[in-house]
Amino acid sequence: MQLQILLQGVSWALNFTALQHASFKERLHEKEFIAQVKVKDNSVGRHYHFGKGKVISHSGVHDNPDMTITFKNAALGVKLLRPPIDHTDFINAMKNFALQMAGEDEITQWFTDTISIMNTIRWEYGVDAGNGERRYTNFTNGGPLFVYVKDDKIVRMTPIDLADDDAASWTITARGKTFTPPRKTTINPHGLTSKSVVYSSKRLLKPMKRVDFDPNGERNQQNRGKSGYEEISWDEALDITANEIKRVKREHGHGAIMNSHGSHHTWGNIGHYLSAQMRFMNAIGHTKMHLNPDSWEGWYWGGMHHYGNSMRNGAMEPYGQLQDCLDEAEMIVFWASDPESSSGSYGSFEGTPRRHWARELGIKMVHIDPYCNHTANHIGGKWIPVIPGTSPAMAHALAHVWMTEGLYDQDYVETRTTGFDKYRAYVMGEEDGQPKSPEWQEAETGVAPHTVRALAREWGNKKTYLAAGGKGTTFGGANRSATGAQWARAMICLMAMQGLGKPGINFGNLQCGAPIDYEFYFPGYAEGGMSGDLTGTASPIQLYQRQPHLLSMNSVTQQIPRLRIPEALIDGETSGYPTDARSIEGQFMGYKYPSPGHSRVKMMYKYGGSHFGTTMESDRLAKALQSEGLEFIVNQSIWNEGEVSFADIILPACTNFERWDIGEWGGAGGYSQHNQTMLNHRMVAIQHKCIEPLGESRSDYQIFTDILKRLGLSAYFTEGATELDWCKAQFDASDLPKHISWKKFLKKGYYVVPAEKEENRPPTGFRWYAEGRKKDVPEPAPLPSEYGEKYLEGLQTQSGKIEFEAQSLKRFGQDPERPPVNKYIPSWEGRQTSELFAKFPLQLLTPHPRYSFHTQGDGKDGYLNDIEDHRVLVDGYYYWVARINPVDAENRGIKHHDLILLHNERGSVICAAQITGRIMQGVVHSAESSAEYDPVGEPGNSPDRGGCVNILTPKRHMTAKTTGSAPNSCLIEIEKWTGLAATNLEAAS
Amino acid sequence: MSKWHLIIDVALCHNCSNCFIACKDEHVGNDFPGYAASQPLHGHSWFHVEQTERGQAPMVETAYLPKSCNQCADAPCTKVGDGAVYQREDGIVIIDPVKAKGKKEIVSSCPYGAIWWNEESQLPQKWIFDAHLLDRGWKEPRCSQVCPTGAIQAVKTTDEDMQHRTQTENLRVLSPEFGTSPRIHYRNLHRFTHHFVGGTVVGDVADQLECLEGVSVKLTRNGEPAGEATSDIFGEFKIDELPDDSGEYTLHLSHQGFEALETTVSLDKSLYLNELKLTVQT
Repeated sequence: MQLQILLQGVSWALNFTALQHASFKERLHEKEFIAQVKVKDNSVGRHYHFGKGKVISHSGVHDNPDMTITFKNAALGVKLLRPPIDHTDFINAMKNFALQMAGEDEITQWFTDTISIMNTIRWEYGVDAGNGERRYTNFTNGGPLFVYVKDDKIVRMTPIDLADDDAASWTITARGKTFTPPRKTTINPHGLTSKSVVYSSKRLLKPMKRVDFDPNGERNQQNRGKSGYEEISWDEALDITANEIKRVKREHGHGAIMNSHGSHHTWGNIGHYLSAQMRFMNAIGHTKMHLNPDSWEGWYWGGMHHYGNSMRNGAMEPYGQLQDCLDEAEMIVFWASDPESSSGSYGSFEGTPRRHWARELGIKMVHIDPYCNHTANHIGGKWIPVIPGTSPAMAHALAHVWMTEGLYDQDYVETRTTGFDKYRAYVMGEEDGQPKSPEWQEAETGVAPHTVRALAREWGNKKTYLAAGGKGTTFGGANRSATGAQWARAMICLMAMQGLGKPGINFGNLQCGAPIDYEFYFPGYAEGGMSGDLTGTASPIQLYQRQPHLLSMNSVTQQIPRLRIPEALIDGETSGYPTDARSIEGQFMGYKYPSPGHSRVKMMYKYGGSHFGTTMESDRLAKALQSEGLEFIVNQSIWNEGEVSFADIILPACTNFERWDIGEWGGAGGYSQHNQTMLNHRMVAIQHKCIEPLGESRSDYQIFTDILKRLGLSAYFTEGATELDWCKAQFDASDLPKHISWKKFLKKGYYVVPAEKEENRPPTGFRWYAEGRKKDVPEPAPLPSEYGEKYLEGLQTQSGKIEFEAQSLKRFGQDPERPPVNKYIPSWEGRQTSELFAKFPLQLLTPHPRYSFHTQGDGKDGYLNDIEDHRVLVDGYYYWVARINPVDAENRGIKHHDLILLHNERGSVICAAQITGRIMQGVVHSAESSAEYDPVGEPGNSPDRGGCVNILTPKRHMTAKTTGSAPNSCLIEIEKWTGLAATNLEAAS
Repeated sequence: MSKWHLIIDVALCHNCSNCFIACKDEHVGNDFPGYAASQPLHGHSWFHVEQTERGQAPMVETAYLPKSCNQCADAPCTKVGDGAVYQREDGIVIIDPVKAKGKKEIVSSCPYGAIWWNEESQLPQKWIFDAHLLDRGWKEPRCSQVCPTGAIQAVKTTDEDMQHRTQTENLRVLSPEFGTSPRIHYRNLHRFTHHFVGGTVVGDVADQLECLEGVSVKLTRNGEPAGEATSDIFGEFKIDELPDDSGEYTLHLSHQGFEALETTVSLDKSLYLNELKLTVQT
């Protein structure tokens, strides 16, 4: 009886909603069909006639409905339908087949969407901003934004000034001074430029098909990147895509579909590639594109062998260092560390005032980098230019001074480390007769011995923070080179000699370690949002238990290293070493493509166009995408850029401003647990759907649903939920409901998590280790089995201590380029490779861009084009900037903003020259990640004027037994570009 | 009557360019009747950052200078264009987007080059201090709101108070010789307009070449003191705020245990002197 009433209530509610909301009434005009809800034994049932703007329902079981929802019994029906509704019960009933839905996906999906819309249509969101504008919130990879909208058009986007009723900001007292951050959020240029990329002329607004691609005839793979496109309908595009998915599985078998995406996405936990896209790809089964740990390379393949931290890919734990550094440190050595450009990761400009405080407190600053980077330029201090790839030699020389002059922490070395004798023997030259002295290193690094000694003595005598990499605790251009593992290893060994974890002695550049609340839970994007993927995301750590949803799992275990996609496609075989954070040793488990009994890849599901900008030796990608064996490429993208124009079918996706999402600023999770430590205020926000999708573009979620409708998988994919429902599910899974109502959150848009009170602030990272105590920082790593002694005692290494001689590498024993004791091995491409150096006498550095984020924000005809440090307008075209030293420029007759050709045997790129003394002589500095790939002739065989400087960088792995990228080991020559005809293209390409 | 002013600290600007982007964000695609017509997507820089590089490696730095319409108290643009340009009571100068149509002479009236010509709409255009937002109750213009380093600060105060602050806080305006009384004021403008001389002092200590810390460095010009510094742990010293193209100086280095060193430097722009070696006293 109760179920009868509830079922009748459904039609009342639908009709009542239609009465109140014209848009809903309109929706009820869309389809005519009969839906039925019943119990399994047909004892209770009701059917609903949808159509003509209303719903008429009748009691009883219909014998030929278009769709049917079946409960095992009436009691279950009541339990699931009577408020308050617990989604866990739904999930459990589905998993046990006690709740089933039958019917064509087109109908069932429309039905569940309609119910969902009925439930959410009354929700109010956003704030009236006057002048006809409404203020919404959203996130970017560069920070939070208020979005002001008028008449479905974005007027402006601004950082967020915190309101009086937002939580108070923290304060830090250090050396008698009190510091508190500004009460507003900060934003990177690539975030602030968002309006220009939303309304970009490069937006894809209609589905398209390559003109000479015929799924039933000639496919003309060889013309990819050259042919034009014709607009087609969504139905045609979706049909072709769904049919190709079925066809390649049918014709080629397991593993024939490959997934390929960028390393990042527009911000938000639902729309992220690790969320909706992962669930979609798992639903169809895919050969995984295996991401190398490209931000962490040297730390992952090298650093972790000395001190563990595998769950962070070898990065240092980031707790409490802000207070400790300001309190205790006397010097900060920035080594390949430019947080003012890279923002750590997702850290906006939150660290900037902290570095101002350090300067105010008189903490000395030193910057070791071939480029006088923006942090060095801004915060000041001593710039030590070092020849790219040689930093490990300088590090050994610092150790040499400390050993010679007794300037290291002998007690710490004795009690907290192992293998020091072996390292000392290497450094003092007992093995090879060559002491690694300051004089020895000069020939490698170009740094004067007295400068090294001055630094070594200051460092050995004063409490020093080592800011290694952009985050201070990891990353850094030096770790993406042939000597990247050596460098990260050297950084850890240096800190071990100085007493890592003792007061004032730690890793950090003030980017990490703010006194925020680390216990408040909101899922990071790496927890996979709605993916339900327990093995490919960090979901199992917390999210899966907190957010009731169906599991997804990729049944295909075959994988291809991202850096070897071209080889996989052209040669049909390749191999790699995995990114496996569970243990130090996971990385040794090499794998091969193809996997036994698997199909080679025949179809690529490509997400966006970032790979030309981010793949080393990227011209090979152009050739690979033209492979005949690759029968179908579909690209789902927001903009027409990069390799999008190599697709057969293009599906236009919308931006995060045109759909619903939810997220936390900087909340990464996974490898970057507690990444919010970079922020001055933790902020969680609903990412309002600010405007309707432009043109015919659709949200990623919608596109996936539409494809899966054709495969009978849409109900599994959506679980009957819309994107907004999933946002609510994330809200409910988090700690937010304890602090703010959904209603208020939806309206106001954000919540500031109160800072941790002073007594509860987490201790400084590694202090526990330095003091020989149990681990006491709030990170769920390493895994319990990784401890050698009692749980929480000691490190993840075999000895439980920092190992100068890494036992894991010793056990592996197969990589002569990674000996157990870190030794200086010159780069396989650099000034020491004399034959190549004679032909290509300039070293190319390709750091992350400062204004754009990977390919985000760049190109796209946006505002950033007009920033001359980013792109320069020459003859009507916006060229990517390459920085060259005045002497190198003069020797080649190059003037400021001249067009120049950067070239080597791998290819050539046309850039605009920026002549600056901030880049050392012999080095060219041009950021990777151009979004534009624009060959002036045959793709893959001609100079690129888009600025994809990775065309020049080597595909070679850091060492033979790693899948580590090493783009910063690259030799080139440059010359003035005077046009295609005038250039010796044989030399250029 | 209080007027809007900007105080910009050149030493704090690191050219994130957010001020430039915010101005684009505000005006591209948006018409604000009575205030400003929309800005072209490309080509205009109503608010922009200029740069200049000083010195040579490894003592080299770039100074960044955010520039825009100075909202001059005595604005030359208000004197042309037949009333199309006017100054509000709060000091903000507005080019009327209707009345100014076709009046190119307004562009050339600005000695600072801060007015741009919009070819499409045939309008002279410039930064309006976000008057349209301030009139709606916004607390500050967008350039200062988006500035992450605190380099740009908007203040509403009297010209008299600003004059006082100019003196006590050592603020300067760009090209005061234009005589227009700009209301954008700069702190540490010497980073852009002046020069430094620097070097690295080394010497033998126990028969090994070392950086010399604590060396007393004095700079004189025509016998008059022009600046002084002490070398740091790397032996580096830097004497700043020297005027443009200011000719010959003498550098005097002295350090206990070493012979004093004097050297002549000719300064047309910032100069890093490389390593200066002191000889051990015998």
